[in-house]
Amino acid sequence: MDKTVNQKAWFLVLPVFLIVAFSAILPLMTVVNYSMQDTFGNNQFFWNGVGWFKELLDPSTDLGGRFLASLLRNLAFSAIILAIEVPLGIVVALSMPRDGWRVAVCLVILALPLLIPWNVVGTIWQIFGRPDIGLMGYVLNGIGINYNYVSNEFDAWATVIVMDVWHWTSLVALLCYAGLKSIPDAYYQAAQIDGASRWAVFSAIQLPKMNRVLLIAVLLRFMDSFMIYTEPFVVTGGGPGNSTTFVSIELVKIALGQFDLGKAAALSIVYNLIIIIVCWIFYTVMTNVGVERPEKEAA
Amino acid sequence: MARIDLVDLAHSYGGNSADPESWALKPISMTWRQGGAYALLGPSGCGKTTLLNLISGIVTPSRGKILFDDVDITPLSTQKRNIAQVFQFPVIYDTMTVGQNLAFPLKNRGVPKPEIDARVAEIARLLDLTPYLARKATRLTADAKQKISLGRGLVRADVAAVLFDEPLTVIDPELKWQLRSKLKALHRDLDLTMIYVTHDQTEALTFADTVVVMHDGRVVQSGTPAELFDKPAHTFVGYFIGSPGMNIVPAQVKGREAIVGGHVIALNRAYDHLPPGANIEVGVRPEFVSVEPPAPDLLTANIERIDDLGRVRFARVRIGDVKFAARVPPGFSIPGAQAGLKFDPSRVHVYADSRLVEGAA
Amino acid sequence: MSVTLDHVTRAIDGIPAIRDVSLTLERGTLSVLLGPTLAGKTSIMRLLAGLDKPTSGRVLVDGKDVTGVDVRKRSVAMVYQQFINYPSLSVYENIASPLRVQGKPRAEIESRVQEAAKLLKLEPYLNRTPLQLSGGQQQRTAIARALVKGADLVLLDEPLANLDYKLREELRTELPRIFEASGAIFVYATTEPSEALLLGGRTICMWEGEILQNGETSKVYRHPDTLRVAQVFSDPPLNIVGIEKNNGSVQYAGGVQAPASGLYSKLGDGAYRVGFRAHQLEVANGIADRHAFSATVTVTEITGSESFVHLKRDDSNWVAVLQGVHEYPPGHMLDAVLDPNDLFVFDPAGRLVAAPGAM
Repeated sequence: MDKTVNQKAWFLVLPVFLIVAFSAILPLMTVVNYSMQDTFGNNQFFWNGVGWFKELLDPSTDLGGRFLASLLRNLAFSAIILAIEVPLGIVVALSMPRDGWRVAVCLVILALPLLIPWNVVGTIWQIFGRPDIGLMGYVLNGIGINYNYVSNEFDAWATVIVMDVWHWTSLVALLCYAGLKSIPDAYYQAAQIDGASRWAVFSAIQLPKMNRVLLIAVLLRFMDSFMIYTEPFVVTGGGPGNSTTFVSIELVKIALGQFDLGKAAALSIVYNLIIIIVCWIFYTVMTNVGVERPEKEAA
Repeated sequence: MARIDLVDLAHSYGGNSADPESWALKPISMTWRQGGAYALLGPSGCGKTTLLNLISGIVTPSRGKILFDDVDITPLSTQKRNIAQVFQFPVIYDTMTVGQNLAFPLKNRGVPKPEIDARVAEIARLLDLTPYLARKATRLTADAKQKISLGRGLVRADVAAVLFDEPLTVIDPELKWQLRSKLKALHRDLDLTMIYVTHDQTEALTFADTVVVMHDGRVVQSGTPAELFDKPAHTFVGYFIGSPGMNIVPAQVKGREAIVGGHVIALNRAYDHLPPGANIEVGVRPEFVSVEPPAPDLLTANIERIDDLGRVRFARVRIGDVKFAARVPPGFSIPGAQAGLKFDPSRVHVYADSRLVEGAA
Repeated sequence: MSVTLDHVTRAIDGIPAIRDVSLTLERGTLSVLLGPTLAGKTSIMRLLAGLDKPTSGRVLVDGKDVTGVDVRKRSVAMVYQQFINYPSLSVYENIASPLRVQGKPRAEIESRVQEAAKLLKLEPYLNRTPLQLSGGQQQRTAIARALVKGADLVLLDEPLANLDYKLREELRTELPRIFEASGAIFVYATTEPSEALLLGGRTICMWEGEILQNGETSKVYRHPDTLRVAQVFSDPPLNIVGIEKNNGSVQYAGGVQAPASGLYSKLGDGAYRVGFRAHQLEVANGIADRHAFSATVTVTEITGSESFVHLKRDDSNWVAVLQGVHEYPPGHMLDAVLDPNDLFVFDPAGRLVAAPGAM
């Protein structure tokens, strides 16, 4: 719809614009500035041009190596949690009741993990997994599994992944449920009349109609998991060693730990660019997949 | 193809104990012959969709039985009843081509592939879908999609009955004509029992051999289009069928005369034994009321308006408090605002408490 | 007050929905936009209302250019195909809502709402909410709300399409009375020719974004300027056959030859297309001076008061409508008969060259 233009609306945006400029754009420009400078402290800066960027993108350097490793960890993490959360979310959505009071109960239970602040989620699982006072840690070690997320890399990854699945599968499930609810009853009746099996009903009716919703769910989960920081940091701190050090954690280490502002600035800019590009790809796919341009042919 | 018997069938969405008047479908017993084309006609809320859902198995009746060829299918699920249903909006499988859509029910039943291909080709030919078999089903127009829905039902050769739930709702008016003729031709060629639910009298009367008029959960009259038109058994049928519907006006009837608004109308049958205390009305269709210049032996009426519908015209007239519609020929004109009405006595019916009264010859 | 569209075009994503449309609507008139779906009827109504801006051209109200003026500043009311009412408000509040927005005093609101309710026979339902009403009553509420505003321009977009057949019939006969009682400009969009005929007023015949003909309804019906207009304004569909006139006789496509009597007598020699509506085609009546075609019945549709006989003749599908009940079995051969004084003749470009009545 073509809304008629109202120029006065710009004035309403002005205060927000000023605040965003102050709190975001200026710092962003500072970061860009830092990314091109080097410092030895004492607020003395030397021009470095694209030096940091070159180092960042060269895996043979220390910075480049760490960046590449943490990036690969991020990608592996996102791939794993998507592979688990999406099918699990669909299954949960399919199992939910369609109407009645049970729906409200299910929706509330599903919403609970989503409401917990992220560092609290991290703390919950940190304690939950401790072999001495955590229920899960204690029980697992009790039945003979040597579980210790502080010293064992596999255990650390498993804990972080299970924590993310626990935290976020509900989102996928809720989105899929909304998609499922929009399917008119007539489709199920027609499938019954056609003698379709349960699997056929899923693959021919439910999955296609959930397409757009699934795309949104995948986009959201990929973005969030790619940017993940708080939860794994609280649980493992990036360890053991650097086995769960994701890009965000790496970035904080470099910026605040080592106070290498130049390197950190360059890293954060590249990180930002990667996210924007992936977002754009997803957006293009999303807006072109669902849109059918039917050739109107009479039959 | 099956003969369908409804035995004391009734349904209430509020459970068995609900007040009998509130039941969506009041008890009905009917037989529908094999290969017949039936239309369930009535306004929204009359129970026609409930009846259709009972036959297809989507709803289990609160009371009564349904028999297909003398077999009680009431406890069977929709799948086992072997019926086909076409809904108000096209229901197709988006991810499949037209051909795959049509083949779907046969695939699910494990029919061998050569047989599936032959049957799909046959049905596609009957529905003029052959050029589109390889195309993705979502890309076609609404009427083509409805044909696919229909085709999926017809592709099973042993289907007991085909049920239609207002299938032309989303179709353009000019394509409705084509689809209607196509349905009628299909019925003739395939000799299937077809049940068609609609609120549109044109669809019902053109499609069906037998029209079942429903109102408020009851079957009011069941008969051929000609019977419903010529001799409505209930004032509701008179009103609902015909465009515009029958003129129904209160009257006093004695012997061979009816008095309407102070004027006398001749009847061709004698009505001497009307139930006392009943609400007496006479009904006559606008097609059988003629409008002429005022004359002493004709009922005088005031012309309020003449509606021109192109191929027919209707005059809206008034006698005192009573309003009439009368069909007038094209090019009709009368000087002045008054006219004389003439009624064809053989077409005037008498109703007591809305039910037709058979007079004596 | 008058509303004018001046050479308006509206393109969406480069595809023109409306092409170079110009029309003027005067106060106190009813105009029917008649055309199939996607003809552009809704697009024109949205342009008239100010919901959309034209890609090119101007919209004028009383001679003033209001192109681009927001709909909230215009005096417009609209009724949609889906019964749009505020679900949580009572019927009374629904009808009163535009007046409350305008800040009218309570006494005035009361009297105007009651007046609108009376006009649309909603008085017994004023306290109910829309969901407690039937479809017809909901639509009447929407119409009442549109009228009570006293807007200068009232737009109705296929308002009866979602109603039951009989309800549609009832509302249709009441609408002319309701429109006359108000004084605004009414624009009514529909796909059904019979609605246009019943409502009267002016008819604007549309096809694929263009206006084909704009005139008094019965004139457009009896004198369609082009073949396309005749096709849009016919229900059942228009029957068409080609002819070749030569030296005092006409040769119909498919082999029938006849003297060039009636409307043919004044035509020059050449090829033409003849269009005739279902009621202009008769069946086997043996009247002299008619042109007869041998045709096969494909199917007969009976409504009781009329019978639609579908015929196949020389690769064309024709429809004839007969009064009363006439049942012909499929495959039956009969003579379909045309009166050369009662048909439409179009030149190869589709323009009308002969029609019954004075041209």
